[in-house]
Amino acid sequence: MIRVDGRSDSQSLIRARGLNKTYSRGGEKIQVLQGLNLDVDKGDFVAFMGPSGSGKTTLLNLLGGLDVPSAGSITVDGDEITHMSGSKLTQWRARHVGFIFQMYNLIPVLTAFQNVELPLLLTKLSKSERRKHVETALAVVSLADRMHHYPRQLSGGQEQRVAIARAIVSDPTFLLCDEPTGDLDRKSADEIMVLIDQLVSKYGKTVLMVTHDPVVATRAHTTLHLEKGVLVEGKASHERVLAGGAA
Amino acid sequence: MKFWRLIFANLFRKKVRLILTIGSFAIALLLFTFLAVVKSAFSRGVEVAGADRLVVVNRIGLIQVMPISYGERIAGIPGVKSVTHNHWFGGVYQDEKNFFPQIVIDVENQRQVYPEFIVPDDQWNTFLKDRQGAVVGARTAQRFGWKVGDRIPIKNSLYGPTKTWEFNLDGIFHNERPGGDESAFWLQWKYFDENVPGVLKSTAGWYVLRLNSPDDAVRVAKTIDDTFANSSFETKTETESAFAAGFAKQFGNIEFLILTIGSVVFFTLLLVTGNTMAISVRERTAELAVLKAIGFTDRSILFLVLAESLVIAFVGGLLGLILASGAIPGIGAALNGLLPALILSKSMLALGLVFALFVGAASGLLPGIGAMRMRVVNALRRV
Ligand SMILES: Nc1ncnc2c1ncn2[C@@H]1O[C@H](COP(=O)(O)OP(=O)(O)O)[C@@H](O)[C@H]1O
Ligand SMILES: [Mg+2]
Repeated sequence: MIRVDGRSDSQSLIRARGLNKTYSRGGEKIQVLQGLNLDVDKGDFVAFMGPSGSGKTTLLNLLGGLDVPSAGSITVDGDEITHMSGSKLTQWRARHVGFIFQMYNLIPVLTAFQNVELPLLLTKLSKSERRKHVETALAVVSLADRMHHYPRQLSGGQEQRVAIARAIVSDPTFLLCDEPTGDLDRKSADEIMVLIDQLVSKYGKTVLMVTHDPVVATRAHTTLHLEKGVLVEGKASHERVLAGGAA
Repeated sequence: MKFWRLIFANLFRKKVRLILTIGSFAIALLLFTFLAVVKSAFSRGVEVAGADRLVVVNRIGLIQVMPISYGERIAGIPGVKSVTHNHWFGGVYQDEKNFFPQIVIDVENQRQVYPEFIVPDDQWNTFLKDRQGAVVGARTAQRFGWKVGDRIPIKNSLYGPTKTWEFNLDGIFHNERPGGDESAFWLQWKYFDENVPGVLKSTAGWYVLRLNSPDDAVRVAKTIDDTFANSSFETKTETESAFAAGFAKQFGNIEFLILTIGSVVFFTLLLVTGNTMAISVRERTAELAVLKAIGFTDRSILFLVLAESLVIAFVGGLLGLILASGAIPGIGAALNGLLPALILSKSMLALGLVFALFVGAASGLLPGIGAMRMRVVNALRRV
């Protein structure tokens, strides 16, 4: 169950309470998140929508432990991450979070295989174990035959699939996708969404995704709208879709 | 090491840049090594000087002489084991640029005071009996292709009108001490004394004496100078190393010059490589941010950057040292014996490598710390 009222009593996988995030720019304070609540259970697939600048990326950064909130708390699988030190948080990210960004963000001088292997370099796995995991992850994204290609030898959609393989290779607790199809044509975007869909339905992954594409959002179990610093529930109305889509 | 692949992949990102940076290191190291070798050539006299030897010169200056009778009086001072005397001959072999030192020696005492010079006994005995004889260091003999038995004419205009002195090459000496002199040309004092004008007859240019113990140096030096105080030939006695240092100063302040050039090389290299590393790190800010997001610690990011600059420094440094090992003997030959022998020692090579690695670490440190401190969210927002 996904809830945004902060009243969930069951132990949800991801629980955010009273999240505030304030940026100051040139002495002026910008309140991006204002007391945001969120509960996400294991196996949920949620899409965040909202106009550009509404704070979607900010929210994902907080949930992924890349940034700290000005106030409020985030608990993942019983661990409160909002009070972790920098290095503790880095370790936590390595274990629990898979990131998929809009701009693929692969290392251009490494092959697909080597890119996917990166998160495993931080584990104690042996070389042959790493190899097995990488090959499995690349098979899941149907790129086993391209594993020795460099990013520049791949199409945009293929690059994003490598990025997805990299995000899932260490079997993280949940995946964060920031506009994963934002840079792709419709066909590639559909393929990526089928893939993410599968990660949820077939492999039981928990996925939190930002998108401004209402078609993409329909894949999710629930679409939440970021409005005035809080999340609003409910399938998007047509007007809202248009507003979100205009981001 | 799991991270080597990443480090190497990063190194080969821009091949031209990599080659240029490695090249800067190589050339800087070549220059650095050359400077170190020249500096050591000038200070070697000081380094190889005998701790148990004192040099007595005329207080007024090195080119002033002293009476030959001083020798016996010095020998009588307690603590003195043996005494010998020398003159600077100052001749020219064929051409001014064929410079090598010609030293007038006192054959009776030479070997007692300078045991490190090795001459085969048969050659030495021939020399003793040959008033016009000469013994030359192996380096100079090799330089001019001289063999024992050759006749060597040396022009000299210091003692009246220019005159050619003929010498028979009776022997060739080697030096037991690594880096010690093998370039001098020795002639007999008796031959010298017979042929110089009256004012120079029965004189010594300087005395060298060997002590029973180096601990006596200060006392003996003071006794000698006190003995000849208020005479018409006052003396100045110092250790051989102090004497050699003073002698090297005649060439100007080489050490200062070399240190100055060396510092310029150092800072130029630091600026060039520091700038290159900074650019190369800035270019991949987003990638480093992704690595951090994935869970690479700040320290491993610093490590990646430092490892990269250290590998460049190591490879470039090694290349420079290899170039230096090849070039320095050639340069030494081209200088035609104008400088003391240029010797590239193992410790100099090690020092060069340390120097390269130090510059490598320093140039990677600032960009590395920058990358370490960089915040992921800001870096990803920038792309
Ligand atoms: N580091 C920052 N400093 C100042 N303002 C920021 C910073 N990061 C984000 N913002 C501002 O916060 C707001 C939300 O940004 P963001 O989370 O990126 O929105 P979205 O992803 O929904 O487009 C924007 O107005 C943005 O300009
Ligand atoms: Mg965004």
